[in-house]
Amino acid sequence: MAQTSAPRTIADKIWDLHSIAVNPEGDHLLWIDRHYVHEGSNHGFGQVAARSGKVARPDLTFGVADHYVPTRSPEPANDEIRRMIDLLSANTARHGVELFGAGDRRQGIVHVAMPEQGLTLPGLVIVCGDSHTSTHGALGAYAFGIGASEVAHVLLTQTLWQKKPKQMRISVNGALPHGVSAKDMALTIIARTGAGGATGHAIEYSGSAIRALSIEGRMTLCNLSIEAGSRLGIIAPDDKTISYLRGRPFAPAGDMFERAAEDWLAIVSDPDAHFDKELVLDASAIEPCVTWGTSPEHALPVSARTPDPDDFADQEKSRQLREALDYMGLKPGQALEGIAIDRVFIGSCTNSRIEDLRIAAAVLAGRKAQVPGLVSPGSKAVKQQAEEEGLDKIFIDSGLEWGNPGCSMCVGMNGDIVAPGERCASTTNRNFRGRQGPGARTHLVSPLMAAAAAIAGHLTDGRAMLKGRTP
Amino acid sequence: MKSFRTSRATACPLPFANIDTDQIMPARFMRQPRSEGGYGRFLMHDLRRNADGQLRKDFNLNDPRFETAQIIIARDNFGCGSSREPAVYALVDHGAVCVIAPSFGDIFASNSIRNGLLPAKVSIEDAERLLASETVLLGLEICVDLETQTITAGNLHVEFEIPAQWKVRLLNGWDDVDLTLARSKEIAMFSEQRTRAAPWAIPRRG
Repeated sequence: MAQTSAPRTIADKIWDLHSIAVNPEGDHLLWIDRHYVHEGSNHGFGQVAARSGKVARPDLTFGVADHYVPTRSPEPANDEIRRMIDLLSANTARHGVELFGAGDRRQGIVHVAMPEQGLTLPGLVIVCGDSHTSTHGALGAYAFGIGASEVAHVLLTQTLWQKKPKQMRISVNGALPHGVSAKDMALTIIARTGAGGATGHAIEYSGSAIRALSIEGRMTLCNLSIEAGSRLGIIAPDDKTISYLRGRPFAPAGDMFERAAEDWLAIVSDPDAHFDKELVLDASAIEPCVTWGTSPEHALPVSARTPDPDDFADQEKSRQLREALDYMGLKPGQALEGIAIDRVFIGSCTNSRIEDLRIAAAVLAGRKAQVPGLVSPGSKAVKQQAEEEGLDKIFIDSGLEWGNPGCSMCVGMNGDIVAPGERCASTTNRNFRGRQGPGARTHLVSPLMAAAAAIAGHLTDGRAMLKGRTP
Repeated sequence: MKSFRTSRATACPLPFANIDTDQIMPARFMRQPRSEGGYGRFLMHDLRRNADGQLRKDFNLNDPRFETAQIIIARDNFGCGSSREPAVYALVDHGAVCVIAPSFGDIFASNSIRNGLLPAKVSIEDAERLLASETVLLGLEICVDLETQTITAGNLHVEFEIPAQWKVRLLNGWDDVDLTLARSKEIAMFSEQRTRAAPWAIPRRG
């Protein structure tokens, strides 16, 4: 597509470089640089088989086992679950797609492992049959989740028809207070926009507080874009991005890396680029957050109280809040601090990277958890790094279980679930009804807050427990 | 792909916002092959049933008036959350051809189009009118017409929105893959040009 002289956003620039054609109705045929597949991609592979088709670009397709792999035991929980893992192996083998399978040292959650391997790069268009593909925007990629029919389309053609989304800029300026993380920033944003507030929009995150985030923190933030309704979140690449990518296995090397880095640093929005929506936040005002209800938009500072449905004039809103409180077993106006929990889960594509485990361990070191909990590192590489640093011992000594990498208790597909009625402080991304298991009650929190909840046995501001300790 | 023109059917009101795809199709059922009996029996399983597995009488999908409903009417942000297309399979296998709501999760809506399920976007006010419509609540048929983008429920007439691209695809039942494969040459040329412009975009191996 011809480039125009009008000011453009990052999303515009990447889009223009990938638009192969436009149809009469205005859909663009986009070139896909990377396609990640996992066990859940079986419906897509099934559609390919139904056409007797083949994968157009196996060299640009990478598989990883994450949704169904066991994270608490060496073997899958049952034969149905084992079949899902085997199906991925069979489908990738049949089409010559490289797989980071259950036994591979590169295995991990797709949104943790692929950046680690240097497969996710700035300026790429990346898709995966998983809504948290927005994670990869942390490195300046245009990355979004797709459904099974789209998976099949990409497998068969390495392209996808897409309507160009509107654009939203979320600027976060100033410095986050000590002990307040990217997770708290994301929950604060979602509470502000609502769970559907960014629907139909691509989000660009900018501002000094975003620049100050580590790459891991940026991944947590971009990961949660979908919980505001947006299929993708992007952050302009900078020196941190370049440092993160240098030397990664599949990333360019030598002169090619230097050339790439030059291209990557040019991926910025023009000063006068147009955004359809803007949201500006002050980082210094963000507090440690916790969700009280059944949607990520039900997030509040831990110092707050649950809403009182009677305070809302809108009857429908009032009814929704009451239903959420009922499901969660909470009262109107109840203080969040002090809500007793039954277990904690530290893991998932949102918060299972080394930095997440370090801060949880900093709080747990030398202390005992009052409730059971599972720590599931995001990848084999994260697991190895954590063990080299002795973090595994800290978790085990505190009474928590040290597991293996996978989606695990975030979504319960591998059989690791929260029991009905149990209350879990969880570093994951969705507190939907039944997400962690039928009847499970989920409170979304940061790794620091999950660790603090484990020690206290209830929700609490974790910053007090971080005093005098450094991750 | 299945096409959609007009549907005349009963509509089931589900007056809830943020019905996410985890609720539409709980994760634990997705390891069942769809070929064995379809996913219709899993549709909103945990909303339809009590913890003991008994059907809840107060959930509209279980109401005899709405047993054969092919249209669902809901509130904001229907199908938010996970990208799982099995949520759409569960609706389609149940017999649904259309969901009416003020807004939809982006990925859910996109998945719907590819399975012949119409996501009809109406204003919040019109969604409320339809949810309260006597025609709907009596379990009488309503009519959804894609060509004119209108919904008729008794004396109530409302318009719905749908992107032009999706409308054309649904009306014609076009298969995306066939349309794309017809452009194979163009795609191959683009791929070569892309590799020349950004050689670093090819994964380094060995």
